Amino acid sequence: MSRSEAVQGNEAKREEIKAQYKKFIGRKILFILSSLILIVIIAGISATLGSYPITVTEVYTIIWHGLFKTPETTKELVVWNLRLPRILMGILAGIGLAIAGTTMQGVVRNPLASPYTLGIASAAGFGAALAIILGAGFVAGQYLIIANAFVFALLSAFIIYGLSRHKGATPETMILAGIALMYLFSAMTGILQYFGEEKAVTEVVYWMFGSLGRASWDKLFFVFVILAVCIPLLMLKSWDLNTLGAGAESAKSLGVNVEQTRVICFILASLVTAGIICFTGTIGFIGLVAPHMCRMVIGGDHRYLIPASGLFGAVLLLAADTLARPPIAPTVLPVGLVTAFMGVPLFLYLILRRRRGYW
Amino acid sequence: MKLKVKDVTFSYASVPVLEDVSIEVATTEVLGVLGPNGAGKSTLLKCIDRILTPQKGCILLDDRDITKMSRIELAKKIGYIPQSLSHVFSATVFDTVLMGRRPYISWQTSEKDTETVLETLQMLHIEDLAMRDINELSGGQMQKVFIARALTQEPDLLLLDEPTSNLDIRHQLEVMHTIKSIVKKKGISAIMAIHDLNLAARYADRIVLMNGGTIFSAGKPASVLTQENIKQVYGVEAEVNYNDGKPYIVPIRAIKAK
Repeated sequence: MSRSEAVQGNEAKREEIKAQYKKFIGRKILFILSSLILIVIIAGISATLGSYPITVTEVYTIIWHGLFKTPETTKELVVWNLRLPRILMGILAGIGLAIAGTTMQGVVRNPLASPYTLGIASAAGFGAALAIILGAGFVAGQYLIIANAFVFALLSAFIIYGLSRHKGATPETMILAGIALMYLFSAMTGILQYFGEEKAVTEVVYWMFGSLGRASWDKLFFVFVILAVCIPLLMLKSWDLNTLGAGAESAKSLGVNVEQTRVICFILASLVTAGIICFTGTIGFIGLVAPHMCRMVIGGDHRYLIPASGLFGAVLLLAADTLARPPIAPTVLPVGLVTAFMGVPLFLYLILRRRRGYW
Repeated sequence: MKLKVKDVTFSYASVPVLEDVSIEVATTEVLGVLGPNGAGKSTLLKCIDRILTPQKGCILLDDRDITKMSRIELAKKIGYIPQSLSHVFSATVFDTVLMGRRPYISWQTSEKDTETVLETLQMLHIEDLAMRDINELSGGQMQKVFIARALTQEPDLLLLDEPTSNLDIRHQLEVMHTIKSIVKKKGISAIMAIHDLNLAARYADRIVLMNGGTIFSAGKPASVLTQENIKQVYGVEAEVNYNDGKPYIVPIRAIKAK
């Protein structure tokens, strides 16, 4: 083979790899678009469910018209004031919890991490229990439970932040501190429940299952603002999260400030989680499993994984909430339980199907 | 590129690991760092890449103190290949090597980044692995992928922490040959911590023999790897033969501790 032929061969090989890589990226974008379409479809179906009958086409028409004028008819009011807030809360919560989970797994380099790994869920639970059982909290009135859950969730995040400033933000310190806080807040909630009235205790338990039923437009606005601020910031950290996956030393040698990246990502993920679960209660499973499902399909590059797992999380949560309603109407199952019932078989199927281990 | 390590002292908690270590590396030089387990080889490499910060002494890259440089700046000058290569989550070989461009990119990668990755993959003859997952590669293939990642940083200095541990003899020779030829071709330098005395003797231009956090002996392989030095540092009785002026070591037995 002459020299020029060899050069040509190299060129051809490069073009081939480039084409393969483009195809790989195309697959990721296809996954993201499919999730978006699924969200629209499931949202439409979900909006038809309930005691007042409305068809799928009517739903889409009402939503479209409602963008330009205020709703007037009963149908319009039902869709815009009752069903749409619930659906949108499902979408936002799904996006936020899944992205927070993706981030936490990347930060602590552990596939078992979730938005709740560092004790946020039990801290929020304690805040809510404090409000429900003792009526004590940071603000009075209808926002008492929400404010309490939010403040305590962030409190646990800042305790861990403080510890990691003192001892270095290694995954080990963060996880161990998180587990310790989880036990502490669970024990404190336990004490409240032990001495609480039966009715209030039931309410606490119900809060902790998670539900989208309490959604309203002003709550949605709050969640939306938090997500709109935090998620773009997390996406900017995509490359740094990718390098963390290669190990702390490699990441440092690639020019990443490892400790700072861990702390910033962890705080942002905590803020997103706290902003959601203070309204919905601790919806489990989505944040743990949506990132893994996406990794299995599109790989671990956070530039695509963050948006993909967010949208897929929304699909899962919306689907779970849709399934949670009709079968035994008027009984509505807590969505946090349905996510597990629906997600576990899907997750196990993916584990069995994949060709290789990925962690 | 010229690297100067001056009187570097490093201790974990209060256990000293490096004591007043000074070395110099010139352009197109491969420096082998030898010494028994715990001699401070890895720690020295980590100090040079500022993964660890020495308590005393300074490290100069072309007469500039590395503590005065930003991490990104340093990442454009020094490529580091760690000893334990663990990836928790899956990533394609292409994406892994692309990470080497991290010091040059913010979010979107450019055509130049893609080209650099492809060129490096071809230079190391691993282009066929491009779309494979790194977790399914063999030890030798993985080592080359991480060398490729370090090379796409376009560094002036490569730091390799035991690049041949866990490799069979064929891959050991391949990896060492690759490192040596890249250093000569690109006009960069390399420092490698290594256990195999014979590989070091053959591929390193100069050798630093460490013991207990200090430099025991430094110089050309033939002057450092003597029977006496090996006995003192490793506690091993060895026979040293010479082949083309390069020492060839046959270890005989461990000398009983007194």
